[in-house]
Amino acid sequence: MTITRRQTFMMALGASVAAAMPFRAFADASEDSIAAFTGGAEMGTEGLTLTAPEIAENGNTVPVEVSAPGAVSIMLLATGNPTPDAAIFNFGPLAASQTASTRIRLAKTQNVMAIAKMADGSFVQATQEVKVTIGGCGG
Amino acid sequence: MADNVKPKVRVPKTAAAGEAITLKTLISHPMESGQRKDDAGNLIPRSIINRFTCEFNGQSVIDVTMEPAISTNPYFEFEATVPEAGTFTFTWYDDDGSVYTESQDIAIG
Repeated sequence: MTITRRQTFMMALGASVAAAMPFRAFADASEDSIAAFTGGAEMGTEGLTLTAPEIAENGNTVPVEVSAPGAVSIMLLATGNPTPDAAIFNFGPLAASQTASTRIRLAKTQNVMAIAKMADGSFVQATQEVKVTIGGCGG
Repeated sequence: MADNVKPKVRVPKTAAAGEAITLKTLISHPMESGQRKDDAGNLIPRSIINRFTCEFNGQSVIDVTMEPAISTNPYFEFEATVPEAGTFTFTWYDDDGSVYTESQDIAIG
């Protein structure tokens, strides 16, 4: 069997599409989570602070803090993880500030994203890239 | 159920009425993400704590929905207003149906 130049080209194209697929799947999963949370509403960029390290040596435990005065709830997403959802903080009437910190797992270098739902129903988002030296999802 | 699940919370003993205090909670739990494989290459099933709540005298302070991306031994830090003397109740809900609770009293003074 001989392989023509065209066939070679098509095979290479097929391989590159296949290689790109997982990333597409991750992005879709984050978009689905965002859509489920915001209902597709426009997001502003003011009023939400996301604090995460620029470089995380160990992706198994990355400290993250979110703060959004006046928020009802804040969703935290690790957009590069196999399942991007990390947590949703719902603040009750006795929360003194709409601030919370926790530790999350990051599979690889990626953008960590927070979306806050404000009391008036608007949404605000903040994103920060975290460089991960050792990934935290095993496998 | 996960072994040796032990909640720890840090609540000040006293506060002024209406004061904002910082609460810290930690619970020992493996938070198996469902992504890892064992030595034989089989997927280890997901087993995590999926919800954490904190209440003061029955009123909500924070209610967190947790996903597998939360680290082993989940840690949370947040702030609460203390309107009167009472009890903070912390509750963790496990995937397997177990519920872990811890409470701490706080006095005004």
